[in-house]
Amino acid sequence: MKRALHGVVIAALFLFLLAPVLLVLPMSFSADRYLVWPPSGFSLRWYVALAQDAGLMAAARNSFVLALLVCAATVVLAMPAALVLARQRFRGREALLAVLTAPLLLPTIVLALALLIIFVGYGLIGSWPGLLLAHLLVALPYGIRVLMTSVSTLPAGVEEAASSLGAAPWSVFQRVTLPLMLPGVAATGAIVFLVSFDEVVISLFVVGPQLTTLPVAMFRYVESRTDPLVAAVSALLVLLTLAIVLILERAVGLTRALGR
Amino acid sequence: MRLSALLLGPVLLVNLLTFLAPVLNLASLSFNEARPGGGIGPGPTLATWADLLADPYYLELVTSSVGVAAMVTVGTLLAGYPLALFIHRASARWRNLLMVACISPLLVSAVVRTYGWMVILGDNGIVAAALRWLGMAKPPRMVFNLTGVAIALVEILMPTMILCLLAGFGRLNVALEEAAASLGAPPWRVLLRVVLPLSMPGVLLGCLLAFVLTVSSFITPKLLGGGRVILLATEIYDQAIVTLNWPVAAALSVLSLAVFGAALLLYGRILRIVEA
Repeated sequence: MKRALHGVVIAALFLFLLAPVLLVLPMSFSADRYLVWPPSGFSLRWYVALAQDAGLMAAARNSFVLALLVCAATVVLAMPAALVLARQRFRGREALLAVLTAPLLLPTIVLALALLIIFVGYGLIGSWPGLLLAHLLVALPYGIRVLMTSVSTLPAGVEEAASSLGAAPWSVFQRVTLPLMLPGVAATGAIVFLVSFDEVVISLFVVGPQLTTLPVAMFRYVESRTDPLVAAVSALLVLLTLAIVLILERAVGLTRALGR
Repeated sequence: MRLSALLLGPVLLVNLLTFLAPVLNLASLSFNEARPGGGIGPGPTLATWADLLADPYYLELVTSSVGVAAMVTVGTLLAGYPLALFIHRASARWRNLLMVACISPLLVSAVVRTYGWMVILGDNGIVAAALRWLGMAKPPRMVFNLTGVAIALVEILMPTMILCLLAGFGRLNVALEEAAASLGAPPWRVLLRVVLPLSMPGVLLGCLLAFVLTVSSFITPKLLGGGRVILLATEIYDQAIVTLNWPVAAALSVLSLAVFGAALLLYGRILRIVEA
């Protein structure tokens, strides 16, 4: 009896946790004009409406391109820093790490406002460089952390062996370090892609009328009306996330990638 | 050494441009005064701070934000603890699957998860339909008020809480629980006197994160609150984007950082007492 009650509580909590993510799937196939449960019928009309919504489609394209740019820039910038921070012990290393990961500790709304005020002065609002910089602010701490973990779990001695056999530092990195770190790089890419693709608060402050991202477009849409169109976008996003979670799980294990 | 500096340089430059300089600039802006129409007067002046601290509206904003955050934190802990304990005690094969199921929502956009709650809690949503089916003529409103915002925030913060709790459960020891039980302690007493104290560091970290994430939450109160739930973060947005009063928005940002600092200090205090 007690065991059964325990089981019911656990199942209910799991349901509570997963319900909002799972329920957008059936809702996205609704045939109704408004959010009504249960839907009076099922159809693909909202997916058709989504494909015809030029604003949301353009925003989705922007988000996709931006996330790829952020991934590439994060790996290129964070890799050298992670190598130094994971290996060298020097004065001020702890302070440096704290400053580099601090953006994740502050409220995003504060970061967003701070960027808005600076960006306005330099004409970076609603521009690609502005969005890229803004996303790097939150992507780099993740990149540095995941890549540092990856560096510290490299097998010991392989690089020394390569350089003692006469390989130059750059070719040691290229032929030994980088291939060994590929799972870490894949994990970084997957996490940073999601961080950028889902980022909404900072983007909301730095996008412009000509250039907006998908989460911002969705936010604006939901703010003004509630129909199942956003459920269709959401369903697609949930599937995208699932795909990336699987990649992460394959590459390093999700729990290890996110375990802080 | 020169090479290290060269390798760290680019990251530090981006950090300086997008983090250190903007945040310091923001803090200093709170010592300017707003002019009508979005302009900014010369500084430094304490006028903005004086107005802010004298206005009971902002005082109430801070206290209500802290109150909502405390409430959501307790809710998240109560909802997260049983799940985390269940996952911790599951067999190795199940544990991985359950963890992925619990943590994956963390990777789904806050807009999507908030929208999911609109589907569930809306006037024609699932909960309302169920209540009507049970015979309630007029189900209570659960969107565009604090109820919906609090429910959604608890769910949105659960994965973070569960991660912290699981990290803290590393110190649990089945032998200790068995010892307590064999000495005659009923299960609830084992939970209260053995399991809970041992897992306190995880509980505290989870509560700290849930608290600060609620104080700075913006998307959920904005969308599910429908303009009727005003917290620190939504007020910062309105002042910055709608009213165009940047000095007040900057001062409110500094205030929310102060709330963060206070939470962090309290966390350190309690942690030391617990560890002692």
